[in-house]
Amino acid sequence: MNLAARAAAGGFFLRTGPFVFHVRSSMPAVTSGVALLYADHPVTDAAEFADFRVSVSPASGVRRYWRPQAIFRCDGFQPFKPLPAAQALPFLEWGMNWAIAEHAHQFLIIHAAAVERDGRVAILPGLSGSGKSTLCAALALRGWRLFTDELTLISLHDSAISPLVRPVSLKNESIEVIRRFPGATLSDPAEDTAKGTVALMKPPVESVRRADERALPAWIVFPRFGRMETTRLEPRSKAETFIELANNSFNYHVHGRRGFELLAGIIERCACLSLTFNDLEPAIALLDGLAERSRAAA
Amino acid sequence: MRPRPDAILIAALREPERLLDVPLSEWGALIRRGRHAGLLGRLAFLLDERGLIGRVPEQPRQHLVSALTMAEKHRRDVLWEVRCLEQALEPLALPLILLKGAAYAIADLPASRGRTFGDIDILVPRAAIRDVERCLAAAGWRPSPVDRWDERFYREWMHQIPPMVHAYRDTIVDVHHTIVPPTARVKLSPSKLLETARPVANRPNVFTLGPAEIIVHSATHLFNEGEFGRSLRDLTDLDLLLRHFGSVPDFWPSLLARTEELDLLRPVFYALRYTQRILGTPVPDHVANAAGKRGPAGVRLRVMDALFERALAAEDLEDPDRSVSAARFMLYIRGHYLRLPPRLLLPHLVRKAALRGKA
Repeated sequence: MNLAARAAAGGFFLRTGPFVFHVRSSMPAVTSGVALLYADHPVTDAAEFADFRVSVSPASGVRRYWRPQAIFRCDGFQPFKPLPAAQALPFLEWGMNWAIAEHAHQFLIIHAAAVERDGRVAILPGLSGSGKSTLCAALALRGWRLFTDELTLISLHDSAISPLVRPVSLKNESIEVIRRFPGATLSDPAEDTAKGTVALMKPPVESVRRADERALPAWIVFPRFGRMETTRLEPRSKAETFIELANNSFNYHVHGRRGFELLAGIIERCACLSLTFNDLEPAIALLDGLAERSRAAA
Repeated sequence: MRPRPDAILIAALREPERLLDVPLSEWGALIRRGRHAGLLGRLAFLLDERGLIGRVPEQPRQHLVSALTMAEKHRRDVLWEVRCLEQALEPLALPLILLKGAAYAIADLPASRGRTFGDIDILVPRAAIRDVERCLAAAGWRPSPVDRWDERFYREWMHQIPPMVHAYRDTIVDVHHTIVPPTARVKLSPSKLLETARPVANRPNVFTLGPAEIIVHSATHLFNEGEFGRSLRDLTDLDLLLRHFGSVPDFWPSLLARTEELDLLRPVFYALRYTQRILGTPVPDHVANAAGKRGPAGVRLRVMDALFERALAAEDLEDPDRSVSAARFMLYIRGHYLRLPPRLLLPHLVRKAALRGKA
């Protein structure tokens, strides 16, 4: 049975980084999307344990026919109001992110993309609109190993980052930009979401295959896309970077002193930089250059 | 008796070592039940305290570690809020009397371990309510926006004023002037309660109620108010409190005496009965018998058993149990019946039902 049929039947168990999700959906947009995006992931029909049981199902009653809606559930609980059915696939992805951010306090979780090269991770924090996900997708298609586009999971014991390796969420203009990259596989776009038009990029197979290989962070790079800017990479104050990362964390406040010390240690060991860019190619070249120099120095 | 669907969780609360025998395939439902009931942090704490958490399989262990981390955060936060309250109320030269969770935390009682805390409950003399509100407002707590009905409901008929929410920290303080509503069928003299307050070690201006009064309050809150969403957590609080105070000399006689004096025998009877029946709490026979004399008997007792033992459960929303929701609904109506006179009961319930339909 293919993934779409399995999602609609009893559901399937999907392993993505440190988490196992039990995923169920009878909605074709979700099942075909999941089948496309998670084709390389380890998937089974039975597992002894799932961290979270998630589902996206059609709303019942009049909402089944009139402006149909989708309902997301995690462990039987409905954390969000229903969304239009056309957004069911990104809804599943947001819901899975929510489940992790809300419950996985065994990690310090930063709202940031993360990519790896030669065993060194670049953390790319950024608000929506900063170009973080676009840059992350582009880097993942150009030989960097994808960890995450949203949730950087940092170990409280050794500061290593756990790959999550899930689809990259692309918005509006960046969908077409990334579609032109060789090797990019994208889901059908969902229109009129809270974030505009959204499409999801399938994670590269190599990143999926190596999803258990953690790595230490080496760079913290704040991307900022600006059409009128020149592309440049500049150093950034460590103190400011600390505050920004803490503010961009989902659960820094949960960890108290331990969180402070962990983050301070990471800031200490990482190069802190700002990347302003008006085009992806020179931005990728600058980050490749960083990785080159680190490799040469090692 | 039918086997409880949350039997593994209950067994784990009674004997945490039992968790080591739980097969991986049953951990998923156990974590969902524990999390939904607000008990995951407590399970984690019980294991951690015994040095056993490392023997739980890796995947479920992460959820326990996460819940334990969250419980530690809550504990830090509640202790910090108590300091803020102490400062805020300093001008009034009133003792700061803490109730429920905040009291367990400040007195470092076992019932505060592995627990999360919601609102902070304080007890003040009714005459001081306006001053307390003023001082809290000056320190950043704002009256929560309630409509006129709710405002009147709280002010005239309840034992607390509408919750006050901190403008920056979003923390909530519930200011009580007694522990049962003035309209309740059980009458209670608040001054009797205030007299029992005792200072917390090394915090001369922070007080908790006495052991017997803590039990009476916790029991009244759980068994008379009709909210059963986290009732199993509250029952484990009672279990831990009774085990802790049970070894204090004079605790049991004073519990019976206070219960009689405050006229709250019924909820205390239920507290002793269900902690004993569900969690195996040791209660001396003469105490159980004395409390039993004032409790229901025969068919009425069997009905209450059926209701409470269903309502006091940890649910798995992936596998919902209709009998739990049905029991909780009946106890919700009972809770309102106990605290509101009939002329208020029906209009209040109808209004709540209508608002719920709108939401």
